[in-house]
Amino acid sequence: MAPVLEVSGLSTVFHTRRGLVRAVQNVSFSVNAGETLAIVGESGCGKTITALSLMRLVPVPPGEIVSGSVKVDGNDLLLLDEPAMRKARGKQISMIFQEPMTALNPLLTIGRQIAEMVVLHDGLSRRAARDRAVEMLNHVKIPEAERRAREYPHQMSGGMRQRAMIAMALACKPKVLVADEPTTALDVTIQAQILDLIGDLRREFGTAVVLITHDLGVVAETANKVVVMYAGRMVEEASVGEVFANPKHPYMTGLMSSIPRVASARGLTGIDATARLTEIPGIVPPLINLPPGCAFSPRCPRSEDRCLAAIPPFEVKGPDHSAACWRA
Amino acid sequence: MATLIEVNELKKHFPIRKGIFSRAVGAVRAVDGVSFTINEGETLGLVGESGCGKTTVGRTVLRLVEPTSGEIKVRGQEITGLSRTDMRPLRRQMQIVFQDPFSSLNPRIRVNEIVGEPLKVHGVGNKTERNDRVEQLFKRVGMRPEQMTNYPHQFSGGQRQRVSIARALALDPSFIVADEPVSALDVSIQAQVINLLMDLQSELGLSYLFVSHNLAVVEHISHRVAVMYLGRIVEYADKVSLFANPVHPYTEALLAAVPLPDPSLQRTKHRVTGDVPSPINPPSGCHFHPRCPIAVARCSEERPMLREIAPGHQAACHLR
Repeated sequence: MAPVLEVSGLSTVFHTRRGLVRAVQNVSFSVNAGETLAIVGESGCGKTITALSLMRLVPVPPGEIVSGSVKVDGNDLLLLDEPAMRKARGKQISMIFQEPMTALNPLLTIGRQIAEMVVLHDGLSRRAARDRAVEMLNHVKIPEAERRAREYPHQMSGGMRQRAMIAMALACKPKVLVADEPTTALDVTIQAQILDLIGDLRREFGTAVVLITHDLGVVAETANKVVVMYAGRMVEEASVGEVFANPKHPYMTGLMSSIPRVASARGLTGIDATARLTEIPGIVPPLINLPPGCAFSPRCPRSEDRCLAAIPPFEVKGPDHSAACWRA
Repeated sequence: MATLIEVNELKKHFPIRKGIFSRAVGAVRAVDGVSFTINEGETLGLVGESGCGKTTVGRTVLRLVEPTSGEIKVRGQEITGLSRTDMRPLRRQMQIVFQDPFSSLNPRIRVNEIVGEPLKVHGVGNKTERNDRVEQLFKRVGMRPEQMTNYPHQFSGGQRQRVSIARALALDPSFIVADEPVSALDVSIQAQVINLLMDLQSELGLSYLFVSHNLAVVEHISHRVAVMYLGRIVEYADKVSLFANPVHPYTEALLAAVPLPDPSLQRTKHRVTGDVPSPINPPSGCHFHPRCPIAVARCSEERPMLREIAPGHQAACHLR
């Protein structure tokens, strides 16, 4: 099966007054139809800029995608002119955001916003587009879709708004869905509902999903493949089972041991819930002033001289498993 | 262990005002009859989803928000009726750390002044003594004294939260309300702050009311846990018993909803449906009944009271 989304060598920079910020450097991955790839990392690691680069929504200037390709079904989005890109957004590749209240237009009803897109992309009549909007709202399990379609975003709860945004993103059946922290603003019971929904729709429509998150729990429950980012670079890539069972990069190992877990990961007790958490010392380095060599080396318990001297290559470390670490 | 904080039937209703005479037309029952105790050196975790009233409980206990009714006792002394002057000595013992270290620190004053301000307000020591104390606090929370004259924007989120903690510790309090203290921090930084809070507790014998929506963090740091839903405590038990044997269907639902960082676990999917209802017009009887998978007719008619299910384990459910 050829991957639906193929990203290779993607680099995005920002020209700022204080200098060049390399927000995303040489990121490559691919996602098959019906698959979810999770990009994990902390704030400032470049995961959101990666997502925006896929959509070509990085503000230019100050931003600039300096190299790489983003191929959806073999067509490189980075080569399209703006009108063609506008046609591709929503139809080929679509995105949902963290905070649905700021991503939705507060002045238009939910139904109208979805219909607008269907009219533009699929050339349906307004009436037919309206029916499609209601159908999509039904699809994302919004009760009383007919009535909800006539409501404005502020009349809905956070969970409902996120459902509406998913309905909009998927209304034209895009091949790729980019979800940037789609559940971070939601309560945990609502988060579970939304993650289930994204999973169901992905299987039903065969959408390739790129899920951006900082929550390892969300990754473990929804992703097939995982990309770990640190300071703008990929540091690890593997299948979800591999990355949790056998993390190669010390950053990923550190993250896994620093998070408290609900011991009612039933049956798997024996986790001492009061033991000290293992800390990753220090802080994420600012992108404008990265340490030479491996960006994680100042915080790394295993770093040695060559880690400080040269950036480790991103290379295969095992079956279906790559990492950028001299010591792995 | 002696009881430090005792809260009985605490209520906080915020009136909803309408019209030119600002007549109260209703009330948000943010906290609707909550009771708990916190012992010396103990952490009580307060969990729930947004809008359940957990933050209001934290603020009301410190009388940053005036309660509508109910009792709050600190070492047996009732504080709800005290005047501002009478509250002052007690304020020294009760402090708070807020969620967002970006908005809870004044951006225009240096962090040593931020940390020293409580000392100044309460007239502790002279200037040199205060400076020494601030320096000592800085070291205690794991920061370097030469950073003391920086402004808040020069620090990362985790460091700012350390500054907030240092400020809360300045007056040697015995009780700290920690309102989502790690929620705004990156995962790799959360562990640092959680460890710091736990170290301070064992060293100084602090008591915490730890308010959070993150069940894993609450389980890690708390001794006992209270689960809130729409202004009421629905389950209240020691940590081990609550997480091993949740009794209330809402607690079960919450635990089932937490995504676990282990892909090898096959979990049963007990998903609750629907949204958290509005606290302006909460459902009758048990607030959880419209979302509850096991609700019966009685649940919509009669409010279940907290009752002991097992020793030290209380839940408010008719059916368990």
